[in-house]
Amino acid sequence: MEQSPAIEAKGLTVRLRRTEVLHEISFRVPEGGVTGLLGPSGSGKSTLMRSVMGVQRIASGTLHVLGRPAGTPALRPLVGYMTQDAAVYGDLTVLDNVRYFAALERKSRGDAREAIAAVGLTEFEKRKAVDLSGGQFSRVSLACALVGKPRVLVLDEPTVGLDPVLRVDLWERFRALADQGTTLLVSSHVMEEAGRCDSLLLLRDGRLLAQLTPDELRDRGKSQDLEQAFLGIIREVQPV
Amino acid sequence: MNPRMLAATTARVLNQLRHDHRSIAMILVVPSVLLAVVYWLFENETLPPGIPRTFDRIGPIMLAIFPFVIMFLITSITMLRERTSGTLERLMTTPIHKADLLFGYGIAFAFMAALQSAIATGVAYWVFGLDIKGYGGLVVLVAVVNAVLGVSLGLFCSAFARTEFQAVQFMPIVVIPQILLCGLFVPRSQMNSVFQTLSDWMPLTYSVKALQEITANVDATSEMWRDLTIMAIVLLGLLALSSFTLRRKSS
Repeated sequence: MEQSPAIEAKGLTVRLRRTEVLHEISFRVPEGGVTGLLGPSGSGKSTLMRSVMGVQRIASGTLHVLGRPAGTPALRPLVGYMTQDAAVYGDLTVLDNVRYFAALERKSRGDAREAIAAVGLTEFEKRKAVDLSGGQFSRVSLACALVGKPRVLVLDEPTVGLDPVLRVDLWERFRALADQGTTLLVSSHVMEEAGRCDSLLLLRDGRLLAQLTPDELRDRGKSQDLEQAFLGIIREVQPV
Repeated sequence: MNPRMLAATTARVLNQLRHDHRSIAMILVVPSVLLAVVYWLFENETLPPGIPRTFDRIGPIMLAIFPFVIMFLITSITMLRERTSGTLERLMTTPIHKADLLFGYGIAFAFMAALQSAIATGVAYWVFGLDIKGYGGLVVLVAVVNAVLGVSLGLFCSAFARTEFQAVQFMPIVVIPQILLCGLFVPRSQMNSVFQTLSDWMPLTYSVKALQEITANVDATSEMWRDLTIMAIVLLGLLALSSFTLRRKSS
């Protein structure tokens, strides 16, 4: 019997205040590996991720995570989420923030420390979140998503505003998590990051242009540069 | 409900408050200062013998109003921040149950209210010689129930505000009418029938009545327990309504 995919969408349509923002999207994300959700700002990446997390009502179509409809209570301990705007308590310290989310995921103080170390914030753990820089602040949010050791991690633009060294560092961590069997869905509008994913979902204006590997993207887009290749695919799908 | 998630939420709310010195001062110090103002306002009144001081009439009512107003304000703003900062939606993706969140807030603020009314009652009793016939612990009990009433009303109202400014606007609509009609300015028996009926439907009225029972009687009266029960029912009803305003899915 075939294993159920980590995430499976069939004809997924989502409306925000009567405006349709996702149009009949269908895709499968297998368990394990890093899937990049790429597209320009406003293409519907965050809405798709919020749908996967079950906090966005679906207008039509189906969306399953680990074989269950998105948002099912049984999924909550299995899926970790980092929102685009860091959902962190600014008036609490880094450690207190992560420990709170650890408690909600039935994890220990040690797990909280481990997650803080994973995002490189150990030396700031006693600092109030509001006193951190923008990049550090969003890493607190990432630590809160990691602390539950979920089977599926949904990360909405986790590397935005980070310095290049740290960005590489985080992508290596994502890779390590994927190697241990975690499924990662990571959004980005930086095409350069697409090269680090196993599979890509290309989103534009709420439509899924393609699901392919970075190599397939270079082939189909007829460019070694992923940004150019994305442009190539846009032209192919919507001839000017 | 899960005890660990409930405890973690209570600890988190108190921890947030601990970093906020102004709110702590507002909860713990301001009521006593305002009591002092009322005391000195009526310091030089001349009364015929046998008539109780105005402070003895107003003092207990103020002890009922403080926790209600202050907790309403603090809760509605804190909960609104939780909604607008995205942490509420983030929490909804974790295994936490809505009840853990609502009761976590309730317990944290009830604890602060207990401290608040212990201080305010102590000041009223020992510093200004407020004449309380009943047991002081009951005053604190009524204040705590009243504070949680303010918390539940604040949680509920925060659902109807988009900004902190809008949340504050509920003060004149929801809170001030209750202060006007609870018996502070005019005894309820002297109000016209419309206001009396309105007053009957306002929860703050019952906390004022309960406190008046305590100050006037040595032993706890059945009237007081009845008022306290009404407050408890209203606050549980409001908490239940608030849980409907915490939606996991947005449309």
